[in-house]
Amino acid sequence: MGGIRSAGDLVMRMQLNRGMKINQAKKYIADKLGVTAAELADCSVMREIRQDLDIGYPMPDPGAAKGIAAKVRIADLLGIKINSVEHFKKRSGLK
Amino acid sequence: MQKYFTRMGDGTGIYLDAETIQHDLKEGTADAARRGKIPELTKEELDYLFEIVTSPVNVASVTRGSEVVTSSDSGAFKINYQADISMDRATAIQVHEKVLAADSLDLGNIDYSYKVVKAILNDEAKVMENVQLNTIMPVLYGAMPNLGLYTKPDGPVDNWSELMPLGKIEESRKAQEEAIEHAVKDMVYISGGMYNAGADGMNFDTCGASGDADVVAALLAIEKVKKQYPDLGIEMGMSGEFVIGMHGQLEYGGARVAGLYPHRQVELAEKAGVSIFGPVVNTNSNMTFPWNLARAVTFIKACAEAANIPVHANVGMGVGATPMSPVPPSDAVSRAAKALVEIGKADGL
Repeated sequence: MGGIRSAGDLVMRMQLNRGMKINQAKKYIADKLGVTAAELADCSVMREIRQDLDIGYPMPDPGAAKGIAAKVRIADLLGIKINSVEHFKKRSGLK
Repeated sequence: MQKYFTRMGDGTGIYLDAETIQHDLKEGTADAARRGKIPELTKEELDYLFEIVTSPVNVASVTRGSEVVTSSDSGAFKINYQADISMDRATAIQVHEKVLAADSLDLGNIDYSYKVVKAILNDEAKVMENVQLNTIMPVLYGAMPNLGLYTKPDGPVDNWSELMPLGKIEESRKAQEEAIEHAVKDMVYISGGMYNAGADGMNFDTCGASGDADVVAALLAIEKVKKQYPDLGIEMGMSGEFVIGMHGQLEYGGARVAGLYPHRQVELAEKAGVSIFGPVVNTNSNMTFPWNLARAVTFIKACAEAANIPVHANVGMGVGATPMSPVPPSDAVSRAAKALVEIGKADGL
């Protein structure tokens, strides 16, 4: 679907975390982002959204959230627990 | 008479006329229906498959809006070990994310078996920790139950493949049951280590490679892992379309495991707590691509209809209508992917 070029990583998270079928997972993400399901795979639309939300994108600008920093934001945005984020918070004393 | 370029199941290019392609599509779906006791594809679906097969484009794709996500079962080996590029797995995963636009990936040891990872879990966990710090997409840890590794001389259990030809059926069954216990312990142990390393999920891959006991070991391990780590995602991928009855009498959730096809396998996976199920349909290299395609789509469609969880159809060399070749032709792979998603209703690949 395009991974972090589009919204593929986010849709995949809903399948893995909640066992959602593809259309349900796409709808969940589309509703959270305020786009149509078709736009989720459109890298032109998604790059701007990902930049605005600072949730990670390819060829990032200096200062953009990367790796675990982007995932902290994704967990908040999607309302899900991301295992590595939970561990990071514990290990860094944030939780 | 017009002829269309297509492939054999081993990837060899051939030209077939419309009548032969239509005949092979019908025979392929009929074969799957007969073996799996599932419905054949409809005439409209077969007509659409004909369109996909005979399309003049090199690489086919789904219609806009029908895109699906991908998961993997290769341990991040494609760039380093397989393409033979000097690169560590953690870097390879970043390349998959930032350059190749993967939706997720699995990290794994080159031996890709849980038993082997047991001795090096601490080192594998450190790689997973680094990967999790540097990536955004979901990253799972993958390996195979690979029950055969628990047999002598490499493992503690008698070899059932040696016992069976001697007529020692009971001994063979006991050996497999013993191997299940060892394998479950290892899979749960490694899942715990990977959970603590921040993995997004575990991929139990190539389940059934050693027969029905191999599948049961994976299901029992998944059940325990989900109980201990309810937030951990679980993907279960199969080794073949049909569970071979090396034991023959093992049950899970009240169903005999030997002989099950994908639409029944997924029911057991759901019971165990699997998040994503990866069915396999074997490619017959002696038959044409249209025959294999119709057959694979028939099985995957029945599986996706039976499933309440997402289904990621395996589309690699020798499975999911993909030709059995080390370098599967992209015209065939892309057509298989399109058909499995649009007609088979796969939730991912």
